[in-house]
Amino acid sequence: MLDTRESLMVGTTSDGRTVRRPISPHLQVYRMHLLMVLSGSHRITGMALSAGTFILLWFLVAAATSDAAYGWFTWVVGSPIGYLAMFGWTGSIWYHFCNGIRHLTWDFGMGFEIPEMYRSGHAVLVAAAVLTVLTWVGVFLAR
Amino acid sequence: MTEHNSSPSVMRSKLGQARGLGAAGSGFHHWWGQRVTAMALLPLTIWFVWACVHMIGMTRADVAHFMANPLVTGLMIAMILMTFHHQQLGFDVIVDDYVRGDTKVVTRLILKGINWLLALVAIIAVLKIAFSG
Repeated sequence: MLDTRESLMVGTTSDGRTVRRPISPHLQVYRMHLLMVLSGSHRITGMALSAGTFILLWFLVAAATSDAAYGWFTWVVGSPIGYLAMFGWTGSIWYHFCNGIRHLTWDFGMGFEIPEMYRSGHAVLVAAAVLTVLTWVGVFLAR
Repeated sequence: MTEHNSSPSVMRSKLGQARGLGAAGSGFHHWWGQRVTAMALLPLTIWFVWACVHMIGMTRADVAHFMANPLVTGLMIAMILMTFHHQQLGFDVIVDDYVRGDTKVVTRLILKGINWLLALVAIIAVLKIAFSG
């Protein structure tokens, strides 16, 4: 036994062979639906945000280092690829932010019925889109 | 895949061996920490995005001047602490889902080490900018 979880994942097939069950759901056996996509997106945007922390780190270290380092940073962020990365970052921030609130409401025991899940899911998508657009309106006004 | 048991002489089911060895006690702490950092990040994220937009077009000297405000320095460091802690807890969950066995512990420790180091670098950079501005 490698660990506790491992031991709980041992099962038998109908012909009696011992098998290791998968440690996470195998997505390909389920019909695609919105709730599953929203759930997966929370994790994917979370990982995208950890990539975003490298942009934050670069900004801080460049600003703490020299004018040349800071100029290089602002040049890259102001380039088309920089804009694309920043757009992805803001989109991920607001999606993870809104869906995070949805998760917190579940922690309070609210909104577990399937229709409510769909309603809150749609609300998250709309709210995240609105916040992303608002952020970029701010960006273009500030430029 | 075949069964591999490090103690084949034990005549107990896998489940029987596992009972009582669970994460009870520390599991709640992890879950709660993720929620607390999430709640802290709600206002901090709004402030951080505003601060980023506010700093667009600023020279390095302007940025230093802005960050030298103790409120801004404090909020920035709070945001960094909460972000990296929340990220660390999230990484743990992801690793638990996809990595098994001894590799899991090593992966978690490496990610934890990187996270702490990056958070430290970020905080030191904020302080250096703040004290220069």
